[in-house]
Amino acid sequence: MKAQLEAIRSAALEAINASANGSELDAVRVQYLGKKGELTAVLKQMGKLSAEERPIMGQMANDVRAALEAAIEAQSAVLAEKALTDRLAAETLDVTIPGKDVKIGHKHPMYLALDEIKDIFVGMGFTILDGPEVELAENNFDRLNAEEGHPSRDWSDTFYFDEDSRVMLRSQTSPMQVRAMDSMELPIRILAPGRVYRKDEVDATHSPMFHQVEGMVIDKHVTMADLKGTLNTVVEQLYGEGTKTRFRPHHFPFTEPSCEMDVQCHKCGGVGCPTCKGEGWIELLGAGMIHPRVLEMAGIDPEVYSGWAFGMGLERTAMRRFKISDLRLIFENDVRFLEQF
Amino acid sequence: MNLSRKWLNEFVTVEANDKDFAEAMTLSGSKVEVTEDLGAEIVNVVVGKVLSLERHPDSDHMWVCKICVGNPDEPIQIVTGAWNVHVGDMVPVAKHKSVLPGGKKIEKGKLRGVESNGMLCGLSELGLDERDFPYAVISAAAILGDYKAIDPEKPSIPADIAAGDKIYGPVVAAKVTAVENAGVNLWKITLDGKTEVITPCQNLHEGDLVAYNTKTNTICTLADLHAEQREFPHCIPDGIFILHEDGIACGDDIKPIIGADDSVVEFEITPNRPDCLSVIGLAREAAATFNAELRLHEPVVKGGADGNLMELLDVETPAEDLCPRYTARMVRNVKIAPSPKWMRERLRAMGVRPINNIVDITNYVMLEYGQPMHAFDYRYVKGGKIIVRRAEEGEELTTLDGNVRKLTRDHLVIADDTRAVGLAGIMGGLNSEIVEDTVDVVFESANFNGTCIRKGALALGMRTEASAKFEKGLDILNTLPAVNRACELVELLGAGEVVDGVIDILNYVPQPTTLTLEPEKINDLLGTDVPADEMVRILKSVGFTVDGDQVGVPSWRGDVLRMADLAEEVARFYGYNNIPCTLVSGETTRGGYSPAQKLEQLLGSVCRTCGCDEIITYSFISPTYYDKIRWAENDPRRESFKILNPLGEDTSIMRTTVLPSMLEILTRNYNYRNKAARLYEIGRTYAMGGEDGLAVESKVLSLGIYGADCDFFTLKGIVEAALSEIRAADVRFAPCSDNPSYHPGRCATVWSGDTCIGVFGQIHPLVAQNYGVDAEFYCAELSFDALFAVRGADPVYQPLPKFPAVTRDIAVVCDKTITVGALEDCIRRGAKGLLKDVSLFDIYTGTGIPEGKKSVAFNLTLRADDRSLTAEEADADVKSILALLESELNATLR
Repeated sequence: MKAQLEAIRSAALEAINASANGSELDAVRVQYLGKKGELTAVLKQMGKLSAEERPIMGQMANDVRAALEAAIEAQSAVLAEKALTDRLAAETLDVTIPGKDVKIGHKHPMYLALDEIKDIFVGMGFTILDGPEVELAENNFDRLNAEEGHPSRDWSDTFYFDEDSRVMLRSQTSPMQVRAMDSMELPIRILAPGRVYRKDEVDATHSPMFHQVEGMVIDKHVTMADLKGTLNTVVEQLYGEGTKTRFRPHHFPFTEPSCEMDVQCHKCGGVGCPTCKGEGWIELLGAGMIHPRVLEMAGIDPEVYSGWAFGMGLERTAMRRFKISDLRLIFENDVRFLEQF
Repeated sequence: MNLSRKWLNEFVTVEANDKDFAEAMTLSGSKVEVTEDLGAEIVNVVVGKVLSLERHPDSDHMWVCKICVGNPDEPIQIVTGAWNVHVGDMVPVAKHKSVLPGGKKIEKGKLRGVESNGMLCGLSELGLDERDFPYAVISAAAILGDYKAIDPEKPSIPADIAAGDKIYGPVVAAKVTAVENAGVNLWKITLDGKTEVITPCQNLHEGDLVAYNTKTNTICTLADLHAEQREFPHCIPDGIFILHEDGIACGDDIKPIIGADDSVVEFEITPNRPDCLSVIGLAREAAATFNAELRLHEPVVKGGADGNLMELLDVETPAEDLCPRYTARMVRNVKIAPSPKWMRERLRAMGVRPINNIVDITNYVMLEYGQPMHAFDYRYVKGGKIIVRRAEEGEELTTLDGNVRKLTRDHLVIADDTRAVGLAGIMGGLNSEIVEDTVDVVFESANFNGTCIRKGALALGMRTEASAKFEKGLDILNTLPAVNRACELVELLGAGEVVDGVIDILNYVPQPTTLTLEPEKINDLLGTDVPADEMVRILKSVGFTVDGDQVGVPSWRGDVLRMADLAEEVARFYGYNNIPCTLVSGETTRGGYSPAQKLEQLLGSVCRTCGCDEIITYSFISPTYYDKIRWAENDPRRESFKILNPLGEDTSIMRTTVLPSMLEILTRNYNYRNKAARLYEIGRTYAMGGEDGLAVESKVLSLGIYGADCDFFTLKGIVEAALSEIRAADVRFAPCSDNPSYHPGRCATVWSGDTCIGVFGQIHPLVAQNYGVDAEFYCAELSFDALFAVRGADPVYQPLPKFPAVTRDIAVVCDKTITVGALEDCIRRGAKGLLKDVSLFDIYTGTGIPEGKKSVAFNLTLRADDRSLTAEEADADVKSILALLESELNATLR
């Protein structure tokens, strides 16, 4: 019997270690440890043993069983690990195959630039104002101190809807200054972006329709220093901290003093290059202190209130921001262009 | 406005280099566009003297010259092909390693084996022409040795012709035996050792054989011989620029001699500063900018010509409202000639072409004083009378440029008794032009109404330098000094004799503006702390007078009317960049985006999430676009704002629909062979009937898609996503078969409750055809106002379900015409409160389904909020649903 047990032990251990997968291992387990298994069969013969032999053989049989069970467990772990390794290997993907297409749309680059500007001003307590594009010449010109005879009123420059030149397509966002003064309580801080129209043929830098953004502040004790400080802050947020600016005297009928603001050329850093036409500076916007006459026409006393205003072209800002070379691309709306932004 | 820095320096000494000058002037308000160094392109070109001249040993048309270019002991050798050079001539020499205008580089080399260390220059090679140096005109004699017969078989001049042979009539061949200079462009030629001839022809040298006219005692030119240029290929009226300038020496830089030692600064002058459209105006600005002395000059006229001005000339100004001032003087015994070099150089530097002394003087004064001047030939001022009047309707005048101008009552003319002789403030008339034999001249220096001149010039499409100045409104006090300056220049140039006296009609007496200087108000406006005396200093530096707190505004500063204008003057010279930077103080304002603006942002982000790119389209369209989208002739929506002066028909009316704009962009992308496009725009439409005669401007969310993965339901999905994102309630879609722009079977209107939000669907194939595409385009037009109105309130949290749901699939067979929407609606109503969701998963026709029927399958989700459903409960609901489907829609369980 002892020899039988020894034989079972060595045969079973060999079979366990030789099993290549879970089912083979299970078959081995049934073959030796199952109800009709070989070890069980041997144990059934225990009754035939003498009382002295029985505990010894019993002990030995239990040892064999324990050894086989341990071996099965160990082999089972080995096989499980192997099965996992095989599975992972089988499931390996070519990770360079492109991902499944998720198409997300793109904001138009001009609106990207505008939204940046709007956010900056909203953060400074400005209200965004929207107004009509079909506008009264009175708001676009007269109320802005551009009297009868001002060249910009010519039919060669501005689109009109009636022979009396009364209703027109606004040529600037500045009539929004008038509309704000007429409709809002003081103090006023507004930003008014929108479409404007001028009689320019389409080319790489001109379009009969383009966009401007107008900004205006009216309050007591508003100074030109405030204008400079605010615009500098905006430019730093738009073009990065430390961006250099300069202010030059200029002329607009509805501001006095008037100025234009330049930013230092990003390309040459002010040395002069083709981008800035050798000047080292790039014109960004026009601005100034609201002309006292404009305040008076809106019923605001220039002795008590003062204000500043600015207007900037958006296309140019976007073109500079994204290095777009031709204005026509903005209105062409080719998806190959739009999807770059 | 161009400014010669040399001319500027006559009035103010500014040492700054061009870059610093431009920067400083720009920052004080005179914006410099660009500065051109006239001599920048000329390098290493000097004056040389011809020491010797020998014929090239291996060429019949070249000369080998020895030239002194500074050191007489070290002459350089240059080979030239020009024939007008003689020993002793002073010539411009482009030395080895020199550069000429246009970037042309000159280096030494060999010409037919002979070393040449540079080049002798002609006028054009220095960027000049005969108007700059009238004396440099070259005339050429016909040199018989250069003769090339057009037909070699039949030469006009025999190849073996020799001195003494007759050519024709009095013309014989003669040999040049000596050449001697006889003054500027004059040569004494000795022929055959005996005959002496004075000729202007500059191409003759000892040994040349020429055609000599014995009768006229002249040497024949090509014209005299009726010869063509190709018969004498080297006898050309071109050659080296022989210098006849005083005080020049070998080795001198050529630039100062030809006026290229100047820089021309181009300014952008704003319309409020017409006074800066002049050398003196800019000199005043420069003096204030650089804190330098302004040296002005009072013209002095000697006068004394025969005659009494009052008898010679009578001026009337019936159109006195359009002619505030008319000033005139007369010059007699005029000698028309080129003006002197210094004047020509200055004119040229400023971009004005020199013509003759009288015309040049008017241009010179206009540039210097900013006062347009005109000169008439007195002969053609009939009756000695000048009348400044409105033109007759239809009156014609031929202007100096040779064009016949048809005038209206809005034009102002200068006329004599019988006819117009000039278009006031715009251009003179051809009939009174200054010509070669002009003897008596009237100088006009007037002040005309700016608006009249601007409109007049605009109507004729002929904006001139003069009209551009007048239209901005000029200084009325400037006419007299200007006309005196013109007369002074006449005397200086010896161009004529000035008649004593001035005709000066003043129809408007200007009142000087006086303002009170309030330094604290100026500082309050600027945010500065500029001392009062500094303000006074600044104002005085640009011509203001200051007496106590009273500031006198100079006559040329019509733009200065109140305190803010004085503040600008102070700021300009205090320096805009010295004003501090502060932030707006005072009451804070809330700011922020309005609900409508936030909705716009939200809709944009939904569209982009759905894969749509944002576009920007023109608000104006062509009226024919309404035809393209098949709107009926009498569709009231065709009534649009019409631009009376459009750029073209394509941009002539304001759109009342965004559809054509979207279709145009879809078409463009399709034509660019972009496989697919998904686009959106929140665009405006412009309908008639707004307040004040303005438009009703409404925003529309416009969507447009095409491509392989696009169909009706793709677009519907985007529309649904937008509505869901704004939490619109009770959304439904109704078939729409009567919109002419859309496919009648693939178009729907969108509703939220009773509000129609818009329309979408496949573009009608005929519309697609009108756009020349055979693809399926899908578009949506959703009213922004409607979207705004139906947007839901902020969401309120709903507890998540605690109990599991039961799902049931049902498939019903019904008539094909019954819509899924109707079935769904019926299912929802049929349920007894447990139905949470219905979703379509299959529509089937074919085998097993009777003709005219379809099978529609739904997945139903049933759930109770307070318990787990039993199968019986769920089945009861389904049973009820099926019953309603059957009774209402005759849809039976499959």
